[in-house]
Amino acid sequence: MLELKNISFNVADEKGEKDIIKDISLTLEDGKFLVITGPNGGGKSTLAKLIMGIEQPTGGQILWNGQDITNMSITDRARLGIGYAFQHPPRFKGLSVRDLLSLAHGSDLPEDQCCAYLTHVGLCSKDYLNRQVDSSLSGGEIKRIEIATLMARDLQLAIYDEPEAGIDLWSFNMLVESFKGISKTRKESMIIISHQERIMKIADEIAIVADGVVKKIGPQSEIFPELMAEFNSNTCTFR
Amino acid sequence: MNNIDRTMLQAVADLHETPQGAYNIRKNGEGIERRSSANITIEPKQDKPGIDITVKPGTKNESVHIPVIITETGVDDLTYNDFYIGDDSDVVIVAGCGIHNSGDKKSEHDGIHRFFIGKNARIKYVEKHYGQGEGTGERVLNPVTEIYMDENSYCEMESVQIKGVDSTKRDTVAKLEKGASLVILEKLMTHGDQIAHSDMVIELNGEDASAQIISRSVAKDTSQQVFYPRAVGNAKCRAHVQCDSIIMDEAKIRSIPEIAANHFEANIVHEAAIGRINNDQLLKLQTMGKTPEEAEEIIINCFLK
Repeated sequence: MLELKNISFNVADEKGEKDIIKDISLTLEDGKFLVITGPNGGGKSTLAKLIMGIEQPTGGQILWNGQDITNMSITDRARLGIGYAFQHPPRFKGLSVRDLLSLAHGSDLPEDQCCAYLTHVGLCSKDYLNRQVDSSLSGGEIKRIEIATLMARDLQLAIYDEPEAGIDLWSFNMLVESFKGISKTRKESMIIISHQERIMKIADEIAIVADGVVKKIGPQSEIFPELMAEFNSNTCTFR
Repeated sequence: MNNIDRTMLQAVADLHETPQGAYNIRKNGEGIERRSSANITIEPKQDKPGIDITVKPGTKNESVHIPVIITETGVDDLTYNDFYIGDDSDVVIVAGCGIHNSGDKKSEHDGIHRFFIGKNARIKYVEKHYGQGEGTGERVLNPVTEIYMDENSYCEMESVQIKGVDSTKRDTVAKLEKGASLVILEKLMTHGDQIAHSDMVIELNGEDASAQIISRSVAKDTSQQVFYPRAVGNAKCRAHVQCDSIIMDEAKIRSIPEIAANHFEANIVHEAAIGRINNDQLLKLQTMGKTPEEAEEIIINCFLK
Protein backbone atom coordinates (compact mmCIF):
# COMPACT_ATOMS: atom_id res chain seq x y z
CA MET A 1 0.00 0.00 0.00
CA LEU A 2 1.19 3.48 -0.90
CA GLU A 3 0.39 6.35 1.45
CA LEU A 4 1.16 9.99 0.83
CA LYS A 5 0.79 12.04 4.02
CA ASN A 6 0.64 15.84 3.74
CA ILE A 7 3.13 15.96 0.89
CA SER A 8 4.35 19.39 -0.17
CA PHE A 9 6.88 20.42 -2.76
CA ASN A 10 7.99 23.93 -3.48
CA VAL A 11 10.68 25.46 -5.63
CA ALA A 12 12.48 28.75 -5.31
CA ASP A 13 13.26 30.95 -8.29
CA GLU A 14 13.94 34.63 -8.85
CA LYS A 15 10.25 35.41 -8.23
CA GLY A 16 10.35 33.75 -4.84
CA GLU A 17 9.01 30.42 -3.62
CA LYS A 18 6.36 28.58 -5.57
CA ASP A 19 4.24 25.75 -4.20
CA ILE A 20 3.97 22.97 -6.79
CA ILE A 21 2.35 20.40 -4.45
CA LYS A 22 0.33 21.62 -1.50
CA ASP A 23 -0.30 19.25 1.36
CA ILE A 24 -1.48 16.25 -0.68
CA SER A 25 -2.59 13.10 1.13
CA LEU A 26 -3.79 10.00 -0.66
CA THR A 27 -3.74 6.24 -0.31
CA LEU A 28 -3.43 3.58 -3.01
CA GLU A 29 -4.46 0.09 -1.92
CA ASP A 30 -2.56 -2.92 -3.25
CA GLY A 31 -3.51 -3.97 -6.76
CA LYS A 32 -5.47 -0.81 -7.52
CA PHE A 33 -5.19 1.13 -10.76
CA LEU A 34 -5.31 4.90 -10.26
CA VAL A 35 -5.40 7.48 -13.03
CA ILE A 36 -4.23 10.95 -12.05
CA THR A 37 -5.57 13.60 -14.36
CA GLY A 38 -5.94 17.36 -14.39
CA PRO A 39 -4.74 20.44 -16.24
CA ASN A 40 -1.13 20.88 -17.37
CA GLY A 41 1.06 22.48 -14.75
CA GLY A 42 -1.20 21.24 -11.95
CA GLY A 43 1.47 19.04 -10.31
CA LYS A 44 0.65 15.56 -11.66
CA SER A 45 4.11 14.70 -12.98
CA THR A 46 5.76 16.18 -9.89
CA LEU A 47 3.64 13.92 -7.73
CA ALA A 48 4.77 10.87 -9.74
CA LYS A 49 8.41 11.97 -9.43
CA LEU A 50 8.03 12.42 -5.67
CA ILE A 51 6.75 8.83 -5.35
CA MET A 52 9.70 7.48 -7.38
CA GLY A 53 12.20 9.66 -5.50
CA ILE A 54 13.29 11.70 -8.52
CA GLU A 55 12.20 14.76 -6.55
CA GLN A 56 12.33 15.09 -2.76
CA PRO A 57 9.27 16.54 -0.99
CA THR A 58 9.78 19.68 1.06
CA GLY A 59 7.22 18.44 3.57
CA GLY A 60 5.22 15.34 4.47
CA GLN A 61 5.83 11.64 4.41
CA ILE A 62 5.65 8.81 1.88
CA LEU A 63 4.96 5.30 3.19
CA TRP A 64 5.31 2.14 1.12
CA ASN A 65 3.84 -0.96 2.75
CA GLY A 66 4.14 0.85 6.07
CA GLN A 67 7.83 1.73 5.56
CA ASP A 68 8.85 5.39 5.48
CA ILE A 69 10.55 5.90 2.10
CA THR A 70 10.48 9.71 2.12
CA ASN A 71 14.26 10.05 2.19
CA MET A 72 15.08 6.85 0.33
CA SER A 73 17.08 6.99 -2.94
CA ILE A 74 15.57 6.18 -6.34
CA THR A 75 17.67 3.01 -6.46
CA ASP A 76 16.38 1.73 -3.12
CA ARG A 77 12.77 2.51 -4.02
CA ALA A 78 13.26 0.66 -7.31
CA ARG A 79 14.59 -2.32 -5.37
CA LEU A 80 11.40 -2.26 -3.26
CA GLY A 81 9.43 -2.85 -6.46
CA ILE A 82 8.51 0.66 -7.58
CA GLY A 83 8.90 1.42 -11.28
CA TYR A 84 8.52 4.57 -13.31
CA ALA A 85 7.97 5.12 -17.05
CA PHE A 86 9.27 8.50 -18.20
CA GLN A 87 7.13 10.95 -20.10
CA HIS A 88 10.14 11.57 -22.35
CA PRO A 89 12.25 8.41 -22.12
CA PRO A 90 15.98 8.98 -22.57
CA ARG A 91 17.82 7.38 -25.47
CA PHE A 92 21.06 5.43 -25.12
CA LYS A 93 23.75 5.19 -27.77
CA GLY A 94 25.05 1.65 -28.11
CA LEU A 95 22.29 0.02 -26.07
CA SER A 96 19.98 -2.40 -27.88
CA VAL A 97 16.33 -2.89 -27.02
CA ARG A 98 17.22 -6.36 -25.78
CA ASP A 99 19.99 -4.92 -23.54
CA LEU A 100 17.56 -2.40 -22.09
CA LEU A 101 14.92 -5.03 -21.34
CA SER A 102 17.59 -7.23 -19.74
CA LEU A 103 18.78 -4.32 -17.59
CA ALA A 104 15.20 -3.71 -16.50
CA HIS A 105 14.71 -7.39 -15.72
CA GLY A 106 17.97 -7.52 -13.74
CA SER A 107 19.46 -10.41 -15.70
CA ASP A 108 19.89 -11.54 -19.28
CA LEU A 109 16.43 -12.01 -20.76
CA PRO A 110 15.87 -14.89 -23.17
CA GLU A 111 14.90 -13.84 -26.68
CA ASP A 112 11.39 -15.31 -26.49
CA GLN A 113 10.63 -13.40 -23.30
CA CYS A 114 11.88 -10.11 -24.82
CA CYS A 115 9.70 -10.80 -27.85
CA ALA A 116 6.68 -11.45 -25.65
CA TYR A 117 7.05 -8.05 -23.92
CA LEU A 118 7.53 -6.24 -27.22
CA THR A 119 4.56 -7.97 -28.82
CA HIS A 120 2.51 -6.95 -25.79
CA VAL A 121 3.20 -3.28 -26.53
CA GLY A 122 2.44 -3.75 -30.21
CA LEU A 123 5.95 -3.89 -31.61
CA CYS A 124 6.96 -6.56 -34.08
CA SER A 125 9.64 -8.02 -31.87
CA LYS A 126 12.10 -9.42 -34.41
CA ASP A 127 12.54 -5.98 -35.97
CA TYR A 128 13.30 -4.40 -32.62
CA LEU A 129 15.39 -6.75 -30.48
CA ASN A 130 18.71 -5.59 -31.86
CA ARG A 131 17.70 -2.01 -32.68
CA GLN A 132 19.58 0.65 -30.76
CA VAL A 133 17.62 2.69 -28.22
CA ASP A 134 18.84 5.89 -29.88
CA SER A 135 17.42 8.69 -32.00
CA SER A 136 16.61 6.23 -34.81
CA LEU A 137 13.49 5.23 -32.86
CA SER A 138 10.33 7.31 -33.31
CA GLY A 139 8.54 8.92 -30.38
CA GLY A 140 5.85 6.21 -30.43
CA GLU A 141 8.40 3.40 -30.56
CA ILE A 142 10.45 4.67 -27.63
CA LYS A 143 7.32 5.17 -25.50
CA ARG A 144 6.18 1.61 -26.15
CA ILE A 145 9.65 0.26 -25.38
CA GLU A 146 9.54 2.28 -22.15
CA ILE A 147 6.33 0.50 -21.17
CA ALA A 148 7.92 -2.86 -22.04
CA THR A 149 10.81 -2.07 -19.66
CA LEU A 150 8.30 -1.84 -16.80
CA MET A 151 6.66 -5.09 -17.86
CA ALA A 152 10.07 -6.80 -17.81
CA ARG A 153 10.41 -5.97 -14.12
CA ASP A 154 8.82 -7.67 -11.18
CA LEU A 155 7.01 -4.62 -9.81
CA GLN A 156 4.64 -3.94 -6.99
CA LEU A 157 3.86 -0.42 -8.16
CA ALA A 158 4.15 0.80 -11.75
CA ILE A 159 3.95 4.53 -12.43
CA TYR A 160 3.46 5.79 -16.00
CA ASP A 161 3.89 9.51 -16.63
CA GLU A 162 1.67 10.50 -19.57
CA PRO A 163 2.28 7.45 -21.71
CA GLU A 164 0.23 9.06 -24.49
CA ALA A 165 2.37 12.23 -24.72
CA GLY A 166 4.19 12.71 -27.99
CA ILE A 167 2.80 9.76 -29.88
CA ASP A 168 0.60 9.55 -32.95
CA LEU A 169 -3.00 8.39 -32.96
CA TRP A 170 -2.22 4.94 -34.32
CA SER A 171 0.39 4.36 -31.66
CA PHE A 172 -2.05 5.64 -29.06
CA ASN A 173 -4.63 3.03 -30.04
CA MET A 174 -1.97 0.34 -29.61
CA LEU A 175 -1.05 1.85 -26.28
CA VAL A 176 -4.61 1.73 -24.94
CA GLU A 177 -4.78 -1.92 -25.99
CA SER A 178 -1.47 -2.53 -24.17
CA PHE A 179 -2.81 -1.01 -20.97
CA LYS A 180 -6.05 -2.99 -21.29
CA GLY A 181 -3.91 -6.12 -21.52
CA ILE A 182 -1.71 -5.09 -18.60
CA SER A 183 -4.65 -4.19 -16.37
CA LYS A 184 -6.23 -7.62 -16.94
CA THR A 185 -3.14 -9.66 -16.08
CA ARG A 186 -1.23 -7.43 -13.69
CA LYS A 187 -0.82 -8.07 -9.99
CA GLU A 188 0.93 -4.80 -9.19
CA SER A 189 -0.64 -1.48 -8.30
CA MET A 190 -0.60 1.03 -11.11
CA ILE A 191 -0.64 4.82 -11.40
CA ILE A 192 -1.03 6.42 -14.80
CA ILE A 193 -0.83 10.17 -15.31
CA SER A 194 -3.12 10.75 -18.25
CA HIS A 195 -5.46 13.15 -20.01
CA GLN A 196 -7.06 10.43 -22.09
CA GLU A 197 -10.62 9.34 -21.39
CA ARG A 198 -9.94 5.89 -22.88
CA ILE A 199 -7.28 5.32 -20.25
CA MET A 200 -9.46 6.79 -17.47
CA LYS A 201 -12.23 4.39 -18.48
CA ILE A 202 -10.15 1.33 -17.57
CA ALA A 203 -9.00 2.65 -14.16
CA ASP A 204 -10.31 1.63 -10.74
CA GLU A 205 -9.93 5.12 -9.32
CA ILE A 206 -9.44 8.62 -10.66
CA ALA A 207 -7.79 11.54 -8.90
CA ILE A 208 -8.04 15.06 -10.27
CA VAL A 209 -4.95 17.07 -9.39
CA ALA A 210 -4.94 20.79 -10.15
CA ASP A 211 -3.11 23.74 -8.70
CA GLY A 212 -1.03 21.42 -6.49
CA VAL A 213 -3.94 19.81 -4.66
CA VAL A 214 -6.22 16.78 -5.09
CA LYS A 215 -9.49 18.36 -6.15
CA LYS A 216 -11.34 15.08 -6.25
CA ILE A 217 -10.58 11.41 -5.82
CA GLY A 218 -12.88 8.42 -5.98
CA PRO A 219 -13.98 5.34 -7.88
CA GLN A 220 -13.82 5.59 -11.66
CA SER A 221 -17.58 5.00 -11.90
CA GLU A 222 -18.18 8.13 -9.86
CA ILE A 223 -15.48 10.57 -11.03
CA PHE A 224 -15.42 9.76 -14.74
CA PRO A 225 -19.07 10.75 -15.49
CA GLU A 226 -18.64 13.98 -13.48
CA LEU A 227 -15.50 14.80 -15.41
CA MET A 228 -17.19 14.19 -18.76
CA ALA A 229 -20.14 16.34 -17.72
CA GLU A 230 -17.77 19.16 -16.82
CA PHE A 231 -15.94 18.87 -20.13
CA ASN A 232 -19.25 19.00 -21.97
CA SER A 233 -20.40 22.11 -20.14
CA ASN A 234 -18.64 25.42 -20.50
CA THR A 235 -17.49 25.60 -16.91
CA CYS A 236 -14.57 23.71 -15.53
CA THR A 237 -15.12 23.59 -11.81
CA PHE A 238 -12.07 21.61 -10.88
CA ARG A 239 -9.68 24.32 -11.97
CA MET B 1 54.86 -17.64 -21.94
CA ASN B 2 53.89 -16.69 -18.40
CA ASN B 3 50.64 -15.51 -16.84
CA ILE B 4 51.28 -11.83 -17.55
CA ASP B 5 51.92 -12.66 -21.22
CA ARG B 6 48.70 -14.62 -21.39
CA THR B 7 46.67 -11.83 -19.70
CA MET B 8 48.05 -9.29 -22.15
CA LEU B 9 47.37 -11.50 -25.18
CA GLN B 10 43.84 -12.03 -24.04
CA ALA B 11 43.31 -8.29 -23.52
CA VAL B 12 44.66 -7.19 -26.89
CA ALA B 13 43.82 -10.09 -29.18
CA ASP B 14 41.21 -12.21 -27.34
CA LEU B 15 43.71 -15.05 -27.49
CA HIS B 16 43.41 -17.83 -24.94
CA GLU B 17 45.74 -20.22 -26.71
CA THR B 18 47.80 -20.47 -29.88
CA PRO B 19 45.68 -18.88 -32.61
CA GLN B 20 44.34 -20.70 -35.63
CA GLY B 21 45.96 -19.77 -38.92
CA ALA B 22 48.94 -17.50 -39.42
CA TYR B 23 50.33 -15.57 -36.49
CA ASN B 24 53.29 -13.65 -35.16
CA ILE B 25 53.79 -12.82 -31.50
CA ARG B 26 56.26 -10.08 -30.66
CA LYS B 27 57.49 -9.62 -27.10
CA ASN B 28 59.81 -6.89 -25.79
CA GLY B 29 61.01 -5.97 -29.27
CA GLU B 30 61.55 -9.46 -30.67
CA GLY B 31 59.44 -11.99 -32.52
CA ILE B 32 58.99 -15.00 -30.23
CA GLU B 33 56.56 -17.17 -32.17
CA ARG B 34 55.62 -17.16 -35.83
CA ARG B 35 53.65 -19.39 -38.15
CA SER B 36 52.62 -19.00 -41.78
CA SER B 37 49.70 -20.84 -43.32
CA ALA B 38 49.27 -22.24 -46.83
CA ASN B 39 47.79 -18.95 -48.05
CA ILE B 40 49.29 -16.41 -45.68
CA THR B 41 53.02 -16.02 -45.27
CA ILE B 42 54.75 -14.02 -42.57
CA GLU B 43 58.40 -13.12 -43.21
CA PRO B 44 60.70 -10.96 -41.09
CA LYS B 45 61.99 -7.83 -42.82
CA GLN B 46 65.67 -7.87 -43.71
CA ASP B 47 66.43 -4.15 -43.54
CA LYS B 48 64.52 -3.07 -40.43
CA PRO B 49 62.47 -4.49 -37.58
CA GLY B 50 59.08 -5.84 -38.59
CA ILE B 51 57.34 -8.35 -40.81
CA ASP B 52 55.81 -8.69 -44.26
CA ILE B 53 52.45 -10.41 -44.30
CA THR B 54 51.39 -11.64 -47.71
CA VAL B 55 47.90 -12.95 -48.35
CA LYS B 56 47.53 -14.95 -51.58
CA PRO B 57 44.87 -13.75 -54.02
CA GLY B 58 41.53 -15.45 -53.44
CA THR B 59 42.23 -16.43 -49.81
CA LYS B 60 38.89 -16.55 -47.98
CA ASN B 61 37.82 -16.74 -44.36
CA GLU B 62 41.30 -16.87 -42.87
CA SER B 63 42.76 -14.83 -40.05
CA VAL B 64 46.13 -13.37 -39.07
CA HIS B 65 47.05 -12.53 -35.48
CA ILE B 66 50.03 -10.28 -34.84
CA PRO B 67 49.88 -9.18 -31.20
CA VAL B 68 52.69 -7.30 -29.50
CA ILE B 69 53.38 -7.44 -25.78
CA ILE B 70 55.83 -5.47 -23.71
CA THR B 71 56.44 -6.69 -20.19
CA GLU B 72 59.71 -4.96 -19.35
CA THR B 73 60.28 -1.39 -18.29
CA GLY B 74 62.38 0.91 -20.47
CA VAL B 75 61.60 -0.83 -23.79
CA ASP B 76 61.45 1.36 -26.89
CA ASP B 77 60.03 -0.82 -29.62
CA LEU B 78 59.58 0.31 -33.22
CA THR B 79 58.25 -2.11 -35.80
CA TYR B 80 57.25 -1.89 -39.47
CA ASN B 81 54.57 -4.31 -40.56
CA ASP B 82 53.44 -4.41 -44.19
CA PHE B 83 50.34 -6.28 -45.32
CA TYR B 84 49.99 -7.28 -48.95
CA ILE B 85 46.39 -8.40 -49.40
CA GLY B 86 45.86 -10.28 -52.67
CA ASP B 87 42.96 -9.55 -55.02
CA ASP B 88 39.59 -11.13 -54.17
CA SER B 89 40.66 -12.29 -50.72
CA ASP B 90 38.66 -11.91 -47.50
CA VAL B 91 40.61 -12.01 -44.23
CA VAL B 92 40.52 -10.86 -40.62
CA ILE B 93 43.65 -9.29 -39.13
CA VAL B 94 43.95 -8.95 -35.38
CA ALA B 95 46.77 -6.75 -34.13
CA GLY B 96 47.04 -4.95 -30.82
CA CYS B 97 49.59 -4.10 -28.20
CA GLY B 98 49.64 -4.56 -24.47
CA ILE B 99 52.20 -2.96 -22.17
CA HIS B 100 52.77 -4.23 -18.66
CA ASN B 101 55.14 -1.75 -17.06
CA SER B 102 56.07 -2.49 -13.49
CA GLY B 103 59.19 -0.30 -13.47
CA ASP B 104 59.92 3.41 -13.44
CA LYS B 105 61.11 3.84 -17.02
CA LYS B 106 58.96 4.59 -20.07
CA SER B 107 57.95 1.64 -22.26
CA GLU B 108 56.86 2.49 -25.77
CA HIS B 109 55.65 0.63 -28.84
CA ASP B 110 55.32 2.37 -32.19
CA GLY B 111 53.75 0.11 -34.80
CA ILE B 112 53.95 1.38 -38.37
CA HIS B 113 51.37 -0.62 -40.32
CA ARG B 114 50.87 -0.37 -44.06
CA PHE B 115 48.06 -2.16 -45.86
CA PHE B 116 48.07 -2.69 -49.62
CA ILE B 117 44.61 -4.06 -50.33
CA GLY B 118 44.10 -5.63 -53.76
CA LYS B 119 41.15 -5.36 -56.11
CA ASN B 120 37.86 -6.66 -54.66
CA ALA B 121 39.63 -7.79 -51.48
CA ARG B 122 38.00 -7.39 -48.07
CA ILE B 123 39.70 -7.08 -44.72
CA LYS B 124 38.62 -6.54 -41.18
CA TYR B 125 41.42 -5.11 -39.08
CA VAL B 126 41.07 -5.05 -35.30
CA GLU B 127 43.61 -3.26 -33.13
CA LYS B 128 43.36 -3.09 -29.35
CA HIS B 129 45.63 -1.16 -27.04
CA TYR B 130 45.93 -1.87 -23.37
CA GLY B 131 48.24 -0.95 -20.52
CA GLN B 132 48.73 -2.22 -16.99
CA GLY B 133 51.41 -2.58 -14.34
CA GLU B 134 52.07 -1.04 -10.97
CA GLY B 135 55.19 0.91 -12.02
CA THR B 136 55.48 4.65 -12.46
CA GLY B 137 57.03 4.28 -15.92
CA GLU B 138 54.89 5.66 -18.74
CA ARG B 139 53.10 3.34 -21.16
CA VAL B 140 53.18 4.90 -24.61
CA LEU B 141 51.69 3.69 -27.90
CA ASN B 142 52.05 5.65 -31.12
CA PRO B 143 50.58 3.69 -34.01
CA VAL B 144 50.79 4.77 -37.63
CA THR B 145 48.39 3.13 -40.07
CA GLU B 146 48.50 3.61 -43.83
CA ILE B 147 45.81 2.00 -45.94
CA TYR B 148 46.03 1.85 -49.74
CA MET B 149 42.83 0.52 -51.22
CA ASP B 150 42.62 -0.72 -54.82
CA GLU B 151 39.42 -0.82 -56.87
CA ASN B 152 36.30 -2.14 -55.13
CA SER B 153 38.19 -3.22 -52.05
CA TYR B 154 36.67 -3.02 -48.57
CA CYS B 155 38.37 -2.34 -45.26
CA GLU B 156 36.82 -2.22 -41.82
CA MET B 157 39.20 -0.99 -39.15
CA GLU B 158 38.30 -1.11 -35.49
CA SER B 159 40.69 0.46 -33.03
CA VAL B 160 40.06 0.22 -29.33
CA GLN B 161 41.96 1.76 -26.44
CA ILE B 162 40.06 1.43 -23.21
CA LYS B 163 42.52 1.34 -20.39
CA GLY B 164 45.98 1.99 -19.07
CA VAL B 165 47.78 3.78 -21.92
CA ASP B 166 49.38 7.01 -20.65
CA SER B 167 50.01 8.62 -23.96
CA THR B 168 49.01 7.83 -27.51
CA LYS B 169 49.49 9.62 -30.80
CA ARG B 170 47.62 7.88 -33.57
CA ASP B 171 48.14 8.70 -37.25
CA THR B 172 45.94 7.14 -39.87
CA VAL B 173 46.11 7.74 -43.61
CA ALA B 174 43.92 6.08 -46.21
CA LYS B 175 43.79 6.43 -49.99
CA LEU B 176 40.80 4.98 -51.79
CA GLU B 177 40.57 4.09 -55.47
CA LYS B 178 37.44 3.56 -57.56
CA GLY B 179 34.61 1.82 -55.68
CA ALA B 180 36.70 1.25 -52.55
CA SER B 181 34.89 1.38 -49.24
CA LEU B 182 36.41 2.14 -45.84
CA VAL B 183 34.83 1.98 -42.40
CA ILE B 184 36.83 3.16 -39.38
CA LEU B 185 35.48 2.71 -35.88
CA GLU B 186 37.64 4.27 -33.21
CA LYS B 187 36.84 3.72 -29.52
CA LEU B 188 38.82 5.42 -26.84
CA MET B 189 38.66 5.95 -23.12
CA THR B 190 41.20 8.01 -21.20
CA HIS B 191 41.53 8.43 -17.46
CA GLY B 192 43.98 9.89 -14.94
CA ASP B 193 46.20 12.39 -16.73
CA GLN B 194 46.40 10.43 -19.97
CA ILE B 195 46.74 12.13 -23.33
CA ALA B 196 45.37 10.82 -26.62
CA HIS B 197 45.71 12.42 -30.02
CA SER B 198 44.24 10.98 -33.19
CA ASP B 199 44.93 12.38 -36.64
CA MET B 200 43.32 10.96 -39.73
CA VAL B 201 43.48 11.84 -43.42
CA ILE B 202 41.15 9.94 -45.71
CA GLU B 203 41.54 10.66 -49.43
CA LEU B 204 38.75 9.49 -51.69
CA ASN B 205 40.44 9.50 -55.07
CA GLY B 206 38.34 7.14 -57.20
CA GLU B 207 34.79 7.36 -58.45
CA ASP B 208 32.20 5.94 -56.04
CA ALA B 209 34.68 5.51 -53.23
CA SER B 210 33.06 5.76 -49.80
CA ALA B 211 34.23 6.19 -46.23
CA GLN B 212 32.56 6.16 -42.86
CA ILE B 213 34.57 7.32 -39.85
CA ILE B 214 33.00 6.83 -36.43
CA SER B 215 34.86 7.98 -33.36
CA ARG B 216 33.44 7.37 -29.88
CA SER B 217 35.34 8.47 -26.83
CA VAL B 218 35.04 8.98 -23.10
CA ALA B 219 37.44 11.29 -21.24
CA LYS B 220 37.60 11.02 -17.44
CA ASP B 221 39.56 12.68 -14.64
CA THR B 222 42.08 15.20 -16.02
CA SER B 223 42.75 13.35 -19.27
CA GLN B 224 42.92 15.11 -22.63
CA GLN B 225 41.86 14.03 -26.10
CA VAL B 226 42.24 15.59 -29.52
CA PHE B 227 40.55 14.25 -32.67
CA TYR B 228 41.39 15.57 -36.06
CA PRO B 229 39.77 13.44 -38.77
CA ARG B 230 39.91 14.83 -42.29
CA ALA B 231 38.01 13.52 -45.31
CA VAL B 232 39.03 14.75 -48.73
CA GLY B 233 36.84 14.03 -51.76
CA ASN B 234 38.79 14.15 -55.02
CA ALA B 235 36.15 12.39 -57.13
CA LYS B 236 32.47 11.52 -57.09
CA CYS B 237 32.36 9.92 -53.65
CA ARG B 238 30.62 9.73 -50.29
CA ALA B 239 32.09 10.20 -46.82
CA HIS B 240 30.65 10.58 -43.36
CA VAL B 241 32.71 11.57 -40.33
CA GLN B 242 31.15 11.32 -36.88
CA CYS B 243 32.91 12.19 -33.62
CA ASP B 244 30.96 11.65 -30.45
CA SER B 245 32.48 12.15 -27.00
CA ILE B 246 31.41 11.96 -23.39
CA ILE B 247 33.29 14.35 -21.16
CA MET B 248 33.59 13.86 -17.38
CA ASP B 249 35.33 15.33 -14.37
CA GLU B 250 38.12 17.80 -15.31
CA ALA B 251 38.85 16.28 -18.73
CA LYS B 252 39.38 18.22 -21.95
CA ILE B 253 38.38 17.19 -25.47
CA ARG B 254 38.98 18.88 -28.80
CA SER B 255 37.22 17.53 -31.84
CA ILE B 256 38.04 19.05 -35.20
CA PRO B 257 36.44 17.13 -38.06
CA GLU B 258 37.43 18.64 -41.40
CA ILE B 259 35.90 17.92 -44.78
CA ALA B 260 37.18 19.02 -48.15
CA ALA B 261 35.68 18.54 -51.62
CA ASN B 262 37.73 18.89 -54.79
CA HIS B 263 35.02 17.50 -57.05
CA PHE B 264 31.46 18.75 -57.59
CA GLU B 265 30.00 15.28 -56.95
CA ALA B 266 31.82 14.71 -53.71
CA ASN B 267 29.26 14.30 -50.93
CA ILE B 268 30.91 14.64 -47.52
CA VAL B 269 29.25 15.12 -44.15
CA HIS B 270 30.63 15.58 -40.68
CA GLU B 271 29.08 15.56 -37.24
CA ALA B 272 30.78 16.20 -33.93
CA ALA B 273 29.36 16.25 -30.44
CA ILE B 274 30.88 16.52 -26.97
CA GLY B 275 28.69 16.35 -23.89
CA ARG B 276 28.34 15.03 -20.42
CA ILE B 277 26.25 11.98 -19.55
CA ASN B 278 22.59 12.85 -19.83
CA ASN B 279 20.97 13.10 -16.40
CA ASP B 280 17.80 11.36 -17.57
CA GLN B 281 19.86 8.34 -18.64
CA LEU B 282 21.26 8.10 -15.11
CA LEU B 283 17.80 8.53 -13.59
CA LYS B 284 16.26 5.93 -15.89
CA LEU B 285 18.79 3.30 -14.86
CA GLN B 286 18.34 4.20 -11.19
CA THR B 287 14.59 3.63 -11.54
CA MET B 288 15.58 0.12 -12.64
CA GLY B 289 17.44 -0.42 -9.38
CA LYS B 290 20.99 0.49 -10.45
CA THR B 291 23.12 2.74 -8.25
CA PRO B 292 24.32 6.03 -9.80
CA GLU B 293 27.82 4.48 -10.14
CA GLU B 294 26.47 1.34 -11.84
CA ALA B 295 24.34 3.49 -14.13
CA GLU B 296 27.37 5.54 -15.21
CA GLU B 297 29.37 2.42 -15.95
CA ILE B 298 26.54 0.90 -18.02
CA ILE B 299 26.17 4.11 -20.07
CA ILE B 300 29.91 4.31 -20.80
CA ASN B 301 30.26 0.62 -21.65
CA CYS B 302 27.33 0.80 -24.06
CA PHE B 303 28.62 3.98 -25.66
CA LEU B 304 31.99 2.33 -26.32
CA LYS B 305 30.59 -1.07 -27.26
